[in-house]
Amino acid sequence: MSSINIDGTDVPFEPGQTIMDAALAAGVYIPHLCHKPGISPHGSCKLCTVDVNGRAVSACTMAAAEGQKIENNTPALNEVRKSITQMLFIEGNHLCPSCEKTGDCTLQAVGYHLGMLDGHYPQFYPRREVDASHPSLVLDRDRCIMCELCVRASREVDGKDVFAIGGRGTGRHLIVNSATGKLADSDITTDDLAAHICPVGAILIKDHGYEVPIGRRTFDLHSVAETDLGEVKLTKTRHHDE
Amino acid sequence: MSNNEKLRRIAVDPVSRVEGHGKITLLLDEANHVREARFHIVEFRGFEKFIQGRPYWEVPYFVQRLCGICPVSHHLAAAKAVDQLVGVDTLTPTATKLRQLLHFGQTLQSHALHFFHLSSPDLLFGFGSNLQHRNIVGVIEDYPDLALKGVRLRKYGQQVIEVIAGKRIHGAATVAGGMNKSLTLEERDRLLVDLNDVLGWAQDAVALNEKIHTEHPENHGFGRLNSNYLSMVGPRGELELYHGGLRANRADGSAIFDQFDYRGYFNAIREEVRSWSYMKFPYLTELGRDDGWYRVGPLARINNCNFITTPLAEAARQRFRAFADGGFVHDTLAYHWARMIEVLHCAESIRDLLLDRDIMGTELITTGEKREEGIGVIEAPRGTLFHHYKINEDGTIKKANLIVSTTSNNQAMNESVRSVANEYLDGHEITEGLLNHLEVAIRAYDPCLSCATHALGKMPLEIELIGAKGEMVDRVAKAASGTITRTR
Repeated sequence: MSSINIDGTDVPFEPGQTIMDAALAAGVYIPHLCHKPGISPHGSCKLCTVDVNGRAVSACTMAAAEGQKIENNTPALNEVRKSITQMLFIEGNHLCPSCEKTGDCTLQAVGYHLGMLDGHYPQFYPRREVDASHPSLVLDRDRCIMCELCVRASREVDGKDVFAIGGRGTGRHLIVNSATGKLADSDITTDDLAAHICPVGAILIKDHGYEVPIGRRTFDLHSVAETDLGEVKLTKTRHHDE
Repeated sequence: MSNNEKLRRIAVDPVSRVEGHGKITLLLDEANHVREARFHIVEFRGFEKFIQGRPYWEVPYFVQRLCGICPVSHHLAAAKAVDQLVGVDTLTPTATKLRQLLHFGQTLQSHALHFFHLSSPDLLFGFGSNLQHRNIVGVIEDYPDLALKGVRLRKYGQQVIEVIAGKRIHGAATVAGGMNKSLTLEERDRLLVDLNDVLGWAQDAVALNEKIHTEHPENHGFGRLNSNYLSMVGPRGELELYHGGLRANRADGSAIFDQFDYRGYFNAIREEVRSWSYMKFPYLTELGRDDGWYRVGPLARINNCNFITTPLAEAARQRFRAFADGGFVHDTLAYHWARMIEVLHCAESIRDLLLDRDIMGTELITTGEKREEGIGVIEAPRGTLFHHYKINEDGTIKKANLIVSTTSNNQAMNESVRSVANEYLDGHEITEGLLNHLEVAIRAYDPCLSCATHALGKMPLEIELIGAKGEMVDRVAKAASGTITRTR
């Protein structure tokens, strides 16, 4: 079998796999937010930036190829990743202390993993709209990191087309494909993957919150670097061991 | 409001050893008589405004950040309001008892912190004693046993909170219509280990306060106010901290109202805004703006209740009331005494709840039909705490009103300051020891200034420069309109 080399370790890959696919299959963690196995790669969060033969690329979109020498877990790359994470925090309104998703949030977990101790950059405090129109879902754009997992899940898995990103630059925001632009007038339901895939707390199930006690939340029990964690961290409501 | 053109001004800034920051201004006339005392609140929060538009189930988690000392009180008052929003009037026995246990842990730790860490230095060393020594470190040096008891009492209360909420400060306990976990056998047994010690320390704390009051009759009139009192009581008129009806009494013990359903609180209480403070001035509607001010907190609760359900605290309450020949105790420093009686009640109640089978039950959540309005009231350590929310059809907050315990004591604190100032400052040179008396009077109320600043849209700012001899050198005032005026 062909292999690539990540941080000095040979990692096998099959034709068609990306560097991220191969790394996850081998249990090698490359930090990421916009990637999820089973959904087409997007390459937007740039957290998975690795150094391939001296060139910086996104591991989730770069095809694995024989002879690639990849640097991943290096102080320099992790420092860049930390800066990216800090920018994601300051661009939105991430109030972890009161957020239902705290302890289950991948952005927060990545922040801890990378040793992020503050936002570093000045806060943007953008004005973003909360859409609570849907009877069983709430969309809080304050927390959206534009990873487009919900956009892709809706199109590729749910067979719908509920979400998209609109606007430009710092005005970018999640939009809803309905006549009014409101979630209530879209065809999303709580059975959709798009309703549960958000890695932060931007899409939440309505009337529920804080039901998993501190100490039993996903990242109380697991590290974000556990590469087989995918299903757990992306499923809200109850923790898997309950 | 006084015309202050010719008045000399004395400022105590900042007031120390209270939760938050405050400032006192005394307006003296030319003969050094105190014309008016103002306890300024110089912080601004804005929670009522910025939770608008947020989903209702987030609210208990938002508002507990009002404070790091008694977040549990805000958490629970908001949770009670949220219960109503989801149409739940009665929780399961397990959920109710868990919340009570959480609240007793909270009250125990907050009271212990206030008495031992913040106030005991004044009472043990004297109000005018050396400032360098009159603090918790001084208490540890001179009274190590007492200091240790205080620290451990507080720690125990925090452990109770941690077991239920997952963290000692700003944890996660309530959900709409219930709680998110019950106690495990291991957790319960861990809390039972220290319980006898805690009961002993609480009894010692009551005894110390009895001694302070009986052996120092000179404190009897210190900041004393014959005030009205407001508190929650249980259905039989017993001391109740988590849920009950409102009772208001006049200074002579006669009833203003009793077993008042707190969901109609806005009929019983109004709030007045004054231009010089962020903190509002609530008053009892029935008595009007001038006479309707009242006191809340431990002194109000121990005065107002008919009895206490736990035996040791009830015996302590009877000794307390005997101090005033069976009437109400109006001494402002008796707040500390009443506070320690409540600590004892908390310790006894924690024991009873830990031994209750329901506390480890699994029925945690009740559901109901959603409503548009929810009102939660609780007796926080510092007094009656009101949380009132209205929601939009989509479940987001439309309107919020919080009347925080310290706010209710606002007028009383000003009155106590004026009373103490007139007694100790009038016609004399101002010494640090004398000024300290003012802080002692305020500190008795255990004010939490960070919680209490809610006068939205009114942002007066006053900067005063006081010369070495106490004369006012400069004063710049910014009015609510934004106009800046300078007086010399």
